[in-house]
Amino acid sequence: MRKLLRQREIVTDDWHYLGEESTLGSDSLIVPLAELRDNSATWRAWQGRLGVRIGPADRVETFTADLPRLAVVAIEFPAPSEGRGYTQARLLRNRYGFKGEIRAVGLVKQDQIFFMSRCGIDAFELAPGEDPEAARHALHLFSVSYQPRRASLPELS
Amino acid sequence: MGPIVPAMYQYDAIDQALIEQRVAEFRDQTRRFLAGQLSEDEFRPLRLRNGLYIQRHAPMLRISIPYGLLSSAQLRKLGDISRRYDRGYGHFTTRQNLQLNWPALDIVPDILAELATVQMHAIQTSGNCVRNVTADHLAGVSADELDDPRPYCEIVRQWATLHPEFTYLPRKFKIAVTGAPDDRAASEVHDIGLHMRRGADGAVGFEVLVGGGLGRTPIIAQVIREFLPLQDLLSYLEAILRVYNQYGRRDNIHKARIKILVKSLGIAKFREEVEAEWRASRDTAPRLETAEVERVRAFFKPPAYEKLQDIDPAAAASPEFQAWYRYNTRSHKVPGYRVAFISLKPHGKPPGDMTSEQMEAVAALADRYSFGLVRATHNQNLLLADVRQQDLQELWMELRRLELAAPNIGTLTDMIACPGLDFCSLANAGTLNIAAQIQQRFDDFDYLYDLGEIEIKISGCMNACGHHHVGHIGILGVDKHGEEWYQITLGGSVNGFTALGEVIGPSVRQSEVAETISRIVDVYREQRREEEPFIDTVRRIGVQPFKERVYAKTAAAA
Repeated sequence: MRKLLRQREIVTDDWHYLGEESTLGSDSLIVPLAELRDNSATWRAWQGRLGVRIGPADRVETFTADLPRLAVVAIEFPAPSEGRGYTQARLLRNRYGFKGEIRAVGLVKQDQIFFMSRCGIDAFELAPGEDPEAARHALHLFSVSYQPRRASLPELS
Repeated sequence: MGPIVPAMYQYDAIDQALIEQRVAEFRDQTRRFLAGQLSEDEFRPLRLRNGLYIQRHAPMLRISIPYGLLSSAQLRKLGDISRRYDRGYGHFTTRQNLQLNWPALDIVPDILAELATVQMHAIQTSGNCVRNVTADHLAGVSADELDDPRPYCEIVRQWATLHPEFTYLPRKFKIAVTGAPDDRAASEVHDIGLHMRRGADGAVGFEVLVGGGLGRTPIIAQVIREFLPLQDLLSYLEAILRVYNQYGRRDNIHKARIKILVKSLGIAKFREEVEAEWRASRDTAPRLETAEVERVRAFFKPPAYEKLQDIDPAAAASPEFQAWYRYNTRSHKVPGYRVAFISLKPHGKPPGDMTSEQMEAVAALADRYSFGLVRATHNQNLLLADVRQQDLQELWMELRRLELAAPNIGTLTDMIACPGLDFCSLANAGTLNIAAQIQQRFDDFDYLYDLGEIEIKISGCMNACGHHHVGHIGILGVDKHGEEWYQITLGGSVNGFTALGEVIGPSVRQSEVAETISRIVDVYREQRREEEPFIDTVRRIGVQPFKERVYAKTAAAA
């Protein structure tokens, strides 16, 4: 079972990706953005919980109409140097008011997740070999911030 | 006199906590790298964001000097660090930073911890993120200035530091701020240039330029916004960065700078994107509050100047002092004061280098003569901004003892040079040997003074850290079948009128660089009209006459 750092807790992932073997009978599915677009009627009618997985080049603006239907947006970080996901997360939270889970997937390492969490990402599928405890600790690397200038960090949403 | 609190930004508990926590983070990352838990590929972007390169011989640590401003305590600490952790010297760069060339990787966290004790750091001096914000080195003391840009540099510095959204940009990002009509910060070759302006109501704001840069594809920045109100500064920067972060190319490192994006979209389309992004985000983006502006501005209050009359310290002085006074000092907006340059270009030494002893001695001079502050310039010199005219002679004698009084500021030997092949793993060719060759050839100060203002800028590779494109004479090291050759450009400039130099022809051998420069200035001496400066002659007659002389057959045999 996949482990997930979610809301500062290490939990077993209760979601499945479309096409994963164990998805049969799951009522919590994360589907690729292309799938959501191509078969929107199917997924609108689907009764379970729905999430979408987006890549670095995908634009958040293109699926804002689906946001009320979505419980999870999974943002791909194919490499630690990939920076577009930070903007995607901030747009989802600040501009489109998305209240569901934003999770980072891919090469998610403890050295990036502080910044990810500051952008509104609240769940992390850690890369293979990453120590979940170290990752949890990394959420609190800094106690102050300059964006805006503050003596304490806001609670993670 | 009691201890001076220098007129610069002073850290409070927030600022101090942030840099100390950064040191702790990097200490842990270094530990994991040395323990084999982080691969070289994983560690690289982390160490770069803390100023640490792995160079030709050893690591190189680039220490941030925000907008070039240093207190004497900080400079003293740099002297101490370069002695204890390095080989007793450091190298000042065109980004107003200091580089140490020989620190051992495992002790870098200790160096950073030492820096933190004097409110310094190496955060974001490298890597694909917002770099050190640079400014006019005469900020706050030049008479032509609209307003002191440094408080705004500090505000931008803080905003950019560990900005969670913009820590992994497509490529590095450089911002320069200037408050005077005379652009002494090379702002038009920056990713963003901010020019202070006054709005219709007299309030301060900025003209915003975007998409400038040197490197492989030199491009001059274009105006994206004629006037940006001060309180919108950060929200507008965020809009530009956000558009860049999303659309900037990440597939090719040579096409990843914002200048390439601006060029490919065109400035009109790029502006449209930024303005649309700004309209959508400005209400939720951080607004620059007046209280915060005032808080930061208060640190940069002018020092306690005495009421003095202007005097002429050079009258009846020795010719040596007169030369130094003429070339190495500049006017100051307060009567009785003057700006004094500390030349880091003595003949026979690499441009920008300074020993630990010199740093400590200059720190003491700053305390004695200039309110405890020193500035680094983007031309790789230092300066004391607030010296009483009556103290200049004494200061000059002290600087002479320290071999920091070469009276060559603004002359041909006040060259910019990157570290080149001697230190940098990117370089194709040496630069320090070229600088030395030119210094030897042009060692007669009377001759230098006759030539007047000529800017030579030398880069060891097309990444252009030595800004060769905007040198009046630019020298670029190239690799030709394993040999070091040098391409010469003419007509570049950056102060007041930004222009890119034109290549005069095939590159020349290493041994012929000084001879080539010599022929170029010969043409100038023959062709100039009265007091016409070199760059004006080049613009008037074009590169052809220079080209003919440099590549003349008879001369080549000489």
